[in-house]
Amino acid sequence: MVGMRRTGYYFTHHKEIITQEYPDNRDTLKLPERFKGEVVMPHDENNEHRCTGCTACELACPNGTIKVVTKFDITPEGKKKKAIDKLVYHLELCTMCNLCIIACPSDAIVMAQTFEHSVFDRAELTKILNNPGSKIMDGVE
Amino acid sequence: MHLVITLNGETIKKVEPHLGFIHRSIEKMCESLTYRQFIYVTSRMDYLSAHINNQACALCVEKGMQIEVPERAQVIRTIMAELTRIASHELWWGAMAMDIGAFTPFFHAFREREKINDIMEETCGARLTMNYMVPGGVMIDLHPDFQRKVKEFITLFKLKIHEYDELVTGNIIFRNRMKDVGFLSKEDAISYGCSGPAARGSGVSCDIRKLYPYDAYNKVQFEEVIETAGDSLARYMIRIKEMNQSVHIIEQLIDNIPEGDFQAKTKAVLKLPKGEFYTRVETARGELGVYIVSEGATTPYRIKFRSPGFSNLSALDHMARGSKLGDLVAMMGTLDLVIPDIDR
Repeated sequence: MVGMRRTGYYFTHHKEIITQEYPDNRDTLKLPERFKGEVVMPHDENNEHRCTGCTACELACPNGTIKVVTKFDITPEGKKKKAIDKLVYHLELCTMCNLCIIACPSDAIVMAQTFEHSVFDRAELTKILNNPGSKIMDGVE
Repeated sequence: MHLVITLNGETIKKVEPHLGFIHRSIEKMCESLTYRQFIYVTSRMDYLSAHINNQACALCVEKGMQIEVPERAQVIRTIMAELTRIASHELWWGAMAMDIGAFTPFFHAFREREKINDIMEETCGARLTMNYMVPGGVMIDLHPDFQRKVKEFITLFKLKIHEYDELVTGNIIFRNRMKDVGFLSKEDAISYGCSGPAARGSGVSCDIRKLYPYDAYNKVQFEEVIETAGDSLARYMIRIKEMNQSVHIIEQLIDNIPEGDFQAKTKAVLKLPKGEFYTRVETARGELGVYIVSEGATTPYRIKFRSPGFSNLSALDHMARGSKLGDLVAMMGTLDLVIPDIDR
């Protein structure tokens, strides 16, 4: 009877809605800022990123998710300087463990809050994180 | 898991668990991962105690490397572990009631568990496989809202835990389904290697948090919950009482999180010295042991996990023999088996 009273209480006191109406609430759905959804590389308005191509993220990754392809740029002084050509990210292998983010010495990569990763073609899950034509920010070593 | 049951009418003659359907060779995988990398895999063993599994591995690496963990990290780890324990027991309570035939408790349990998941999501960035513990401390400092939200949760949880008793514990149908079902004597619990609530329900004192305190457990007051009846109801009562004890532990720590570093300074590449290292912790299901054999390289030579579910499952055949088929769900429910933990 005590249990029935509790059930009756909730039957008559249904003032709080605790369920989420996903996917109808996509516009208002706000995930915590630390939510680990996908690795991305932020670029500024000049199409510049902070990645030096040190491969720390590649070494930290337990699943071989990240592959850094490097090239050599020629600086104005005429010296060769290592830079990234492509940062290939295999989303299908990623377990969102955050080890690459904390391994990065120049904070070039961050976790994004996107979580809807379904695609029709598996190849779409392999992403190149640096934008075409992007270059490294001044002052990042 | 596949249970092959030999029956005589409705009476169980033998229960034979067939394992391996979710075997992912986690121990072998760990041998090719570095000491920082292998921790994330252990979240996939007992996914309801993911934090505590990670904590066990981090403690073992710290023992090998002789890393001093800052006090702040120790307290954070303890709070997180206890929140995980509450979340795990809540899920067990809901699923247990559903196994027996009551549907509503599942939603009551998940309503409160959702609050813990939100707290985890805010601080660790994930709801289930957090990978928050690292050798030397925790990965990232607490979210500024953490303390407020945990306090809100505790206030709410204290109000709601009475509902659990009203709905299920005091229910005469439920009690009759559990009382004198799945009896396990103290001697059998020890000889089958049971641990956690499954063994404490038979009167075995085996709480690692109390017997061999790790992290901040030696700074808090709490009771080791022991029942002597040895039946399913005793194991049920232990978990309900343990939730109260976990709340008590969190209450003592949440206002006293020391300032300071959340992570000790460690080398970029961890190399354990040559030798063997073993640590154990109390997960929501029992004793989890991590055994590392190191050859002095950056990856372990061999890792063995002593998972609580495997030993607890071994007692199921002994418990079930001679009882009715319908009671088997009550026995399995109170053993709180998590299959990925058993298979690894």
